[in-house]
Amino acid sequence: MTTSKVTSMHDAVADLVRDGDTMAIEGFTHLICFAAGHEIIRQGRRDLTLCRMTPDVIYDQMIGAGVASKLVFSWLGNPGVGSLHAIRRRLERADPEPLEIEEYSHFGMVCRYVAGASRLPFFPLRSYFESDLPKANPRIVRMESPYDGEPVYAVPPLNPDVTIVHAQRADASGNAQIWGLLGCQKEAAFAASRVIVVCEELVGEAVVRRDPNRTAIPGIVVDAVVVEPRACHPSYAQGYYDRDNTFYRDWDAVARDPSVLEAWLGEWVYGLASHAEYVEKLGAERWASLAAGEAWSDPVNYGEYA
Amino acid sequence: MSAAEERPYTPTEMMIVASARQLAGERICFVGVGPPNIACNLAKRTVSPDLELVYEAGVFGSVPARLPLSIGDPTLVTGSLQVTSMFELFAYYLQAGRIDVGFLGASQIDRFGNINTTTIGEYAHPTVRLPGSGGACEIAINARKVFVIMPQSKRSFVERIDFVTSPGHLTGKRPAAWGAGPSAVITGLGVYGFDDETGEMELASLHPGVTLGDVREATGWEMRVAGDVRETPPPSDEELRLMREELGPGGASTR
Repeated sequence: MTTSKVTSMHDAVADLVRDGDTMAIEGFTHLICFAAGHEIIRQGRRDLTLCRMTPDVIYDQMIGAGVASKLVFSWLGNPGVGSLHAIRRRLERADPEPLEIEEYSHFGMVCRYVAGASRLPFFPLRSYFESDLPKANPRIVRMESPYDGEPVYAVPPLNPDVTIVHAQRADASGNAQIWGLLGCQKEAAFAASRVIVVCEELVGEAVVRRDPNRTAIPGIVVDAVVVEPRACHPSYAQGYYDRDNTFYRDWDAVARDPSVLEAWLGEWVYGLASHAEYVEKLGAERWASLAAGEAWSDPVNYGEYA
Repeated sequence: MSAAEERPYTPTEMMIVASARQLAGERICFVGVGPPNIACNLAKRTVSPDLELVYEAGVFGSVPARLPLSIGDPTLVTGSLQVTSMFELFAYYLQAGRIDVGFLGASQIDRFGNINTTTIGEYAHPTVRLPGSGGACEIAINARKVFVIMPQSKRSFVERIDFVTSPGHLTGKRPAAWGAGPSAVITGLGVYGFDDETGEMELASLHPGVTLGDVREATGWEMRVAGDVRETPPPSDEELRLMREELGPGGASTR
């Protein structure tokens, strides 16, 4: 018999996200848990080291709100739109203060999570040759295969203090099922000391057991389960709601001007008590425009072997 | 360039059409964000219907029903052949040599096809902070060949790039474990190849209305010119229709 880990976003962040933590909110374009980022901003966390392959608008918001002192990443942009201006201000002009960075390529970041999840001291990959990235980041180290001398590059493990991932559905003990783009959520969760799973829907354990191939993250690595529908806006949840491209485009103008950004945070984060209020404030018409439509897979037979 | 402006298509449209045509006969293509995304989707509708689109977000055999604004759009998943973890995508597909063409964009490129997408100015104190590598560094090394699509000017075609994000032909031979490196660069002015011996970029064709003088004016070094330099055939009505009606409005801008 397992005990329920279901809690509120407020309590999960209060209990599990601490000042100075190294944290990852993963999800590659898909399933980015903006609601968790907003709660971290509301609770005034400071001095975080934020890790993500693509910082995306969620880290532009969090870094614009002053929660972080360091960023670990591999592609720094507003996907499909352009720049992340709050982060760029800190990197180009130290405005309002400097931001330390540790930069990799996508495959390098993925391999860091794999090493972290596997508790390995490093992971080798065939990248970085003749690139200036190892000069910019001395933690990317050239080495030779002990077997045939082939040169490769090594990256160090990434073990976040806390990882937050979003899933379409999870049970009360944190067994989380994901479909659509998988990113590196599984690796980031297995690599972390503490894990928060946020989900669109809470389901019974029997639902998970009927489709175990779809379980990305098992409850044994999960500390808290938060049921927060539509928590990924303006990102998306496959089969639940679409990516809000208009929001991503509009963010460019918001983030360019620090006073506009501050006003946005006031209206959409500090001025709201919870993500439920954000969902309501966004309005039915906007949500209707983001409806996912339907494309069902066929059922499969797992067989009964009693 | 006034002659080009009077044409019924923009230099960017010509660039995308010329890029799509480069994919004729190719099978498995790693698609990058922005113009490469439009070019690959156009190729699948024209010269290369069997092209398998691979997106670094972890999708193989994608058949996007709308032009994805980002490279992680949900339309990439629905109807695709396979969704993988990003580790599997980069390790088993790309690093294992299963990608025929990697399609990259660039902010700066040099004569050997080395690419900068990291910083303008010093790394520690950048004048402009660009997005960085994403998957580009490992694509440049591991894809069997690389196409680069980018706007051309003296600011982007430079003698020395500020930061080597993704290696091109370097100044010598690439190791055997790597792919062949950049084989085509497509801009708003023309299409470029690379000399087999020296690895140096070489003008292969000029887009209609563009002169050699225009190219020299927009290149930060003395550009080599192929002996048989041709004129790029202009976009067909069908290519323009597909790009504007199916891949244009509502999707990524072709401007």
